[in-house]
Formats: sequence, C-alpha cells, structure tokens
Amino acid sequence: MALLDRRDKDIRNLPGFGTMAVVAVVFLYAPIAFLTLYSFNSGRSISQLDGFSLRWYKAVFANEGIQTAALNSLTVAVIASSVATVLATAAAMATVRLRFRGKEVAYGIINFPLMVPEIVTAIATLIFFATIGFRLGLMTVIVAHIVFCIPFAYLPIRARLASMDAGLEQAARDLFARPMMAFRRITLPILMPGIISGWLLAFIISLDDFIISAMVAGPGATTLPVHIYSMLRLGITPEVNAVSSLMIAASSILVLISAVLSRKTKT
Amino acid sequence: MRNVSKTYFDAAGTPHVALDGIELEIHENEFFTLLGPSGCGKTTLLRLIGGFEQPTSGSIAIFNEEMAGQPPEQRPVNTVFQHYALFPHLNVRRNIGFSLEMLGRDRAEIADVTDRMLGLVGLDAMADRMPDQLSGGQRQRVALARALAPQPKILLLDEPLSALDLKLRQKMRLELKALQRETGITFVFVTHDQEEALAMSDRIAVLADGRVQQLGTPEEIYDAPANRFVADFIGGSNLLEARVSARGRVRVSDLGELDAETGQVESGKPVTLCIRPEQLVLSASGADGIGPFQVIDRTYLGNAVAFHLKAEGQMVTAHMPRGGARGQLDFQPGDQVYADFEAGALRVLIQ
Repeated sequence: MALLDRRDKDIRNLPGFGTMAVVAVVFLYAPIAFLTLYSFNSGRSISQLDGFSLRWYKAVFANEGIQTAALNSLTVAVIASSVATVLATAAAMATVRLRFRGKEVAYGIINFPLMVPEIVTAIATLIFFATIGFRLGLMTVIVAHIVFCIPFAYLPIRARLASMDAGLEQAARDLFARPMMAFRRITLPILMPGIISGWLLAFIISLDDFIISAMVAGPGATTLPVHIYSMLRLGITPEVNAVSSLMIAASSILVLISAVLSRKTKT
Repeated sequence: MRNVSKTYFDAAGTPHVALDGIELEIHENEFFTLLGPSGCGKTTLLRLIGGFEQPTSGSIAIFNEEMAGQPPEQRPVNTVFQHYALFPHLNVRRNIGFSLEMLGRDRAEIADVTDRMLGLVGLDAMADRMPDQLSGGQRQRVALARALAPQPKILLLDEPLSALDLKLRQKMRLELKALQRETGITFVFVTHDQEEALAMSDRIAVLADGRVQQLGTPEEIYDAPANRFVADFIGGSNLLEARVSARGRVRVSDLGELDAETGQVESGKPVTLCIRPEQLVLSASGADGIGPFQVIDRTYLGNAVAFHLKAEGQMVTAHMPRGGARGQLDFQPGDQVYADFEAGALRVLIQ
C-alpha cells in the first residue's frame, strides 16, 4: 500500500506531466532550433527555406568585422576568466578554510554581483571609469568582466573546497610540507575539477555578455555579442543566424565539459 | 609537557576550557595512551603535540626542545589521523613517500624507504592502488606506513582503530604493539576504548574534563582507580556508598559491615566502595558478606552470567563465571542473595 502511495505522489505519474514537459522543452529550444536551421538557408530570408547551403558560414568567416569582434571576445574571455578564477580560488580558500570576523559579509560581497541587475552594474561601472578617467577601450571591458566573472568562478571552487577534508592539508603539514607546498601538492590538485569548472563558467559568461560590454567598450573594442547587435540594425540575414549558431555551439561544448567535470566532483 | 591549558572561544565569545593545567611526561620508547570519554580533551592534547593548535598557556617540549610556535612541519612528530586523511589523488606508494619528497630526499632513497614501509605493513601488492580502491584495514595500514616513513621520534595516533570492525581492531592492536616494540618509536595513542588502552599501553593517562584523572600502568589503573570517575570509566565498577565505622571496617547502611583498607580516613566519614563485578561472590545465605540484595535481572554473557542486584536504592552488578564450583550457583529474579568480596578486591575511594 505504501508503495502504491509513493507511486501516486511521484510527479511523473500526475496527469499531463508528459505533455507539460514536451511543451516546456519545445518552448525553450524551438527558437534555437529554428535559428540554427535558417543559418543553413541558401536564400536571404530568415523565415522561408530555399535550400541547404553553407554560404552564410562562409560569409561569417570572411567578415572582418566579425573576426575582429570574435578575437576581442576571446581575448577578453580568456584574460577575464583566468584572472577571475585565480582571485576566486584565493577567495574560496579564505572563506572556507580561515576563521575571521565578517566572513559572512565577505561571502555576501563576493556573490553580490549575481543579485544586482546587470544594467545597474553596467552603468555604475561606466560612471566609475569616467570618474577616475580610465579611457574606454578593450582594457575597460576586461576589468569589468573580471569583476562580474568572480562569483561565477567562485561558486564551483568553493563547493569543491567545502567538500574536501581539511584534514588532508593538516596531514600534508604533518608530513613536513610547508604551507605553500601543501597547497600546491594537495589542495590544488584536488580542487582542480572545481577550478576548471569555475573557469569554464566564467569564460562562457564573459563570452556571452552584452549589456556591460556595450556600455564600457571603447571604439575598436567591440565584442561579438555587441557586434551581432549592431548587425541586426542593418537588417537580419542568415549571417546573423550562422554566427549565433557558432556561439551556441561553443557555449554548449563548454557547458558540457563543465557539467562532466562537476559530476566527477561529486564522486 | 608543563601546565598546558587550552581554552576555546565559541562564536558567542564564551570560553570553553578544553584542557586545564595538564602536566605529563611521556618517556622515550613508550606506548603511551590518552584515554577518556569523548569531549575530555584527549584529541585536543594530541593536536597540541602535533602542532595543529597552540596552547593558551603552558609549554610543550619534545626531547627537551621547546615547541612553542613551531608549525607541524617543524616537529619530529607524525600523526595517524582518525579518518586516515590519505591523499585521494596519489597512489599508495606516493602517499607513503610524500614526507620524504617534502624533505627533499633523493629518488632512490624514497623508493627504498617506501618499499621497506610497504613490507612492514604487508601491502607490497597494493603499492599502485589508489586509496579509494583499498579496504578500511588497508587504508589504516597505509596511514601508518605514511606516518612512519620519515622515522619520527614520536608517532601520534588519533583513534586509528575506531573505524575498523571488531575482528580487525583486535588484530591491529597486536600489530600496533609489535610495531612499537620493533621500531622503538614513542607511540602516543588516543582512544575512548578502555579495553584497547589496557591491552596495548605501557602507561595510560585517564583524562576527563580537561584534567588528568590518573596516570599509571594498565594494572594500576584497573586495580587501583584513583577516584570515582576512573573506577566507573574503566571496566564498569560497582560503586557503593558507605561510611567508615572503625579503622579497617566500613558499614554499608543497614546491609552490614565489611573489612576494607581504610588508610587514614577517620571513622564516620562517607566513602565510596569500588568493586569489580567479577570479584563479587554471591551466596544464598547471609553467613558472609552484606545483604540481603534482591536479584532484579539475570543476563547471560556467554562465559559468565551477570546478576543485577538492588538493595536500599543501591545497584550492584555481579559476574559469575560459568562452570566450576561458583558456576553451580544460579539465581533467578526475585531471589534474595548476599554479596561477599574476595580479599583485597575492595577499594575505598574518598569522596
């Protein structure tokens, strides 16, 4: 009887569960599917299929504006996510391993950017740069991205560190490892899946960012999302679909790697 | 170890005294055990020796060398941790060789010592396994080999057997004791298991409430407990409230009088009598001993039968061995019995 009860309460047995699931998945993924589909269109239309062609992908790879913007985006994403990951690792070590006054506050401050509306951060950052006389360029984009990437890198690293036995570091010390050595030989390797997963997350967030990049980018420092937006103003061609599809592919692969690593973290 | 105290402050700033004025001298080449219930401060004491924490006051010296402010990596001491703390990303060989690597020894020496350690704990076949591919007992041996590899002067063991099942635990007791004798290293062993402590130690310090309650050999601690706590904690003694009636005599309320070594205690003073359950002799008649007690319960223990007795609000447990003349006696709940004691078995504890 108890067994039957449990089965009745299982959400999968509720009437309409399957239908709801299908509707939700379609709602989420149909636009992306269509966007990708029309990127292979041989015609200029984004609503009427004429035939299969890779012509828009060729156009993307021939487009200097897109190339420059993509290179900018990659530069920003690599530098920002790397710096953010180093800072996030240090922050995780401090907030998990050390005991100090105001630790809860520090934890809150680190994660604060996740809760602030992005447009507010963007405008605040812009005003800040203007006030201190920092000339807008690629550097300002990198600095801004480092700041908002930190919490994304921090969370998986912190989770990994919190699940790691602090006794391991003590054991290393007991076995004559100096603090830096214990960190390098014991903590860092064990933390690595969390660090990689944090770096990937920060990388994707940086790569996809539009609002902050649009605000703080100087002339010639256009990133890919900002460039795509400017392309839209000239009319939508399947070229936009093609470049967007490429970005989705890149993001998906990275998210997949991150997911695989964090699953490894749990075992 | 001189007058060591450790005070913790919790989140609200309230002090918790974990250790209060500990004075201990541990000898070279000794199997020394810190025994006590959980929360008595024994692990804290071990962590102070290991250098993971610093004493609030007092000092610790190892081989006449003052240890204040020295981090764990500067101390000639290694630890076998309670949950072993094996490095999960290194195989058995790398785990054991870790300390030598940190000390900058050359590769040939590391390989040599590691091989010897693997042989010592009988894990030659497991050298390339990862820690998560080992059983609990094997992990325990790796932790032991890892701590012994740098040839410490003192080995600290923090309840290393508590995670093992009973059979393995008994086997490891013998092995640890043999290992200590072979290596000549001072072992400082922490446990809450009195049986373990009695079986392995040269000397035992019984700890409770952050203080040393008694320091002595296993025999001294078992046969001559210094106070009520030790008597109760070690071997489950019977404690009876009594009063000294005359020199060498004690009276247990209306149950009768007994011969006992009263020492300098004056007549009329209240004392606690301590008697081991296996040293009680029960009889049906009142010719010897005190009573009558009423048999409350009878528990079969395999090699003995335990009788739980009660009289005038005082509870007593007696273990009667099976077989032999004494084993012929049997009582059922509700029977009236008298209890006598083997000569010299009774301890008088001052309250």
